Amino acid sequence: SSADMAAVLRRAVLAPLGPRLRARPRAPLRSAASAPPLYDVVVSGGGMVGSAMAAALGHDIHFHGKKIALLEAGPRKEYDHMPDSYSNRVSSISPGSATLLSSFGAWDHVCSLRLKPFRRMQVWDACSEALIIFEKDDLDDMGYIVENDVIMSALTKQLDAVADRVEVFYRSRAVGYTWPLPSHSCDTSPWVQIELADGRRLQTKLLIGADGHNSVVRKEAEIKNIEHQYDQSAVVATLHLSEATDNNVAWQRFLPTGPIALLPLSDTASSLVWSTSHEHASELLAMDEESFVDSINSAFWSNVNHSDFIDTAGAMFRSAISFLKPSGTAVRQLPPSVAKVDPDSRAMFPLGMGHATEYVQHRVVLIGDAAHRVHPLAGQGVNLGFGDIACLAHHLSAAAFNGSDLGSLKHLLKFETERQRHNVSLIAATDVLKRLYSTRLTPLVLLRTWGLQVTNALPPVKVRI
Amino acid sequence: QLSLFRLTVKTPFRTSHSSVDSKEMKKFQLLAHKWWDEEGEYSALHSMNDIRVPFIRDTLLSMRSNYHMGNPLSGVKILDVGCGGGLLSEPLGRLGASVTGIDPLEDNIRTADQHKSFDPVLAKRIQYKSSSLEEIVEESMETFDVIVASEVVEHVADLEMFIRCCCQVLKPEGSLFITTINRTQLSYVLGIVVAEKIMGIVPEGTHEWEKFVPPKELEHLLESNGFSVKTVKGMLYNPLSGSWSWMDSTSLNYAVHAVKSGAQGQSGPTDAPSETDTEQHSATAGAAG
Repeated sequence: SSADMAAVLRRAVLAPLGPRLRARPRAPLRSAASAPPLYDVVVSGGGMVGSAMAAALGHDIHFHGKKIALLEAGPRKEYDHMPDSYSNRVSSISPGSATLLSSFGAWDHVCSLRLKPFRRMQVWDACSEALIIFEKDDLDDMGYIVENDVIMSALTKQLDAVADRVEVFYRSRAVGYTWPLPSHSCDTSPWVQIELADGRRLQTKLLIGADGHNSVVRKEAEIKNIEHQYDQSAVVATLHLSEATDNNVAWQRFLPTGPIALLPLSDTASSLVWSTSHEHASELLAMDEESFVDSINSAFWSNVNHSDFIDTAGAMFRSAISFLKPSGTAVRQLPPSVAKVDPDSRAMFPLGMGHATEYVQHRVVLIGDAAHRVHPLAGQGVNLGFGDIACLAHHLSAAAFNGSDLGSLKHLLKFETERQRHNVSLIAATDVLKRLYSTRLTPLVLLRTWGLQVTNALPPVKVRI
Repeated sequence: QLSLFRLTVKTPFRTSHSSVDSKEMKKFQLLAHKWWDEEGEYSALHSMNDIRVPFIRDTLLSMRSNYHMGNPLSGVKILDVGCGGGLLSEPLGRLGASVTGIDPLEDNIRTADQHKSFDPVLAKRIQYKSSSLEEIVEESMETFDVIVASEVVEHVADLEMFIRCCCQVLKPEGSLFITTINRTQLSYVLGIVVAEKIMGIVPEGTHEWEKFVPPKELEHLLESNGFSVKTVKGMLYNPLSGSWSWMDSTSLNYAVHAVKSGAQGQSGPTDAPSETDTEQHSATAGAAG
């Protein structure tokens, strides 16, 4: 019958939405008495991404009448006074991220504290001479190295500026979430219920999970996560250079054990991010400061991993392509040498990759590491999160101006499609690069050597990266 | 709104609310589920909000000078005629307007009331009443800044009477927004045969093609009853994407914006008794919602 056919048609068209709408029903809560306070948006997780999300919405003109809450498990940190020494946790901020931060006034604060712009990135292989240089043709900055504390300080300031709209709950860990049925009946609340560790309850029309790669929101929403622990840890430290220099180049060398990167902090200081095996990482942390510095210099300067065969093959290839693309081979700069390491600045943390199969569900969105976790070799981690924020804030702002229900899947799915399209290829490429570079095997080294050279010679590919 | 003709036959009497009939509750719950399921029977109405809300909002904002982007329709009193389950009332309420939603079907009003009750802001800004337009004219003369009659006039028995009532409850220079369906061969094929019988975009039996209103006829009725027509725009529904868009042709669905003429009495045609006055039916007698 036509009704049956209509039903079949509708199901076929709407099938992809099916599982999203079927949230796990739990105990209904409809007490006329004291209903918990209702927020338009609750952001769970007060790190860089969660705080920036709350600040972006708080400053959005279409959110002026709305109530937003930010839940942070830790205490409020005061950032009035920046210590002279640099923090060992830094991020490479892309120009796009800087634009987002300036859209709600946070970038000005960052600039008034401290940051280091860089104009160039030199990436090369430990096993060959192959090298790729990223440089902007104009005199613009490629990116900025900023301490995470500096970013948090700027975000906290901008959150304070909209305290009438954004309520920040410090020392508040969410311990339970109750999901609404997508089309509710009389006695069940249509909102997401949140229970905090101290027993307080909140309700919200939209829950944004920005609670990191071990996201509780993601787990409670039963969103599948594809994850993989690399057998690598990253060692970070603050280093002092042998001599003052312009220091506006970011350096990364792919060793067989993993990439080592030197990110400029000032004319005399740089931040180290060295991804290597767990054992080697522990050794690096345990050794005395002099040996540590020697290891770093050796990693950047030593050619012990070269083989004649690879060198010759690489040189031949270079001369071959120079016929075709005269501009392809660039001048190799020499990385700075390190003189000393800041005491107590050495630390390590394990690395992994992760990608949530869905970013959204009815009344729930994941952003930042809760949605995707990458290897630091691409310097993308927090930039992906800021990209999520820019996209989500855009869609939520439009939804608010249309009088829409903020938790409706209709606009949340648009966010998911846009970001997955952007993120998946980058995450996959980063993962492939990580695996490709974790080997000494000649054929693969040759492959990546030539690949690196070709990439260096071809402007469009470099621009995309 | 798209109401179900089958249900109008069984419209219940108003009973005292102390006894809750479980059969009533079941029917009520079935209705509630249907109205607010964004992917259910009323999905086309839900997605119509994506064009009709911005249309109403932007038209009104272009006529206002001081408003705040956080609550752009604050201070505007809107009457949503044939509000159904409240699908259009709620977004207008969220934009800051004070909305009165009326619908002759009490079940619809109960659904709408129940749905808004969970949001304290909406609960305050929106009031629902089970009533026809005619029934509120007496107490609401020149009360509203805006009337919205979306997917209603194709269900109305006496369109001219309906328009006259709109004029009476609108303040001078107030706005009337109508969305409805044209009466063309195309709208018969697509609007009845395909939409109802084949694809089930609209529940079968919802519309009677004879009641569809051509834009020229609507414009004429408006202009001769105290209104000045400002905008007529065609609308198109894409069943594959489930979304609406504007189009130049008004051969299917279309939207109209009209403004009630100013304060110095445009009495003219409405004074003289016309053939429609002799009909006993109320303007909304035939409307199922």
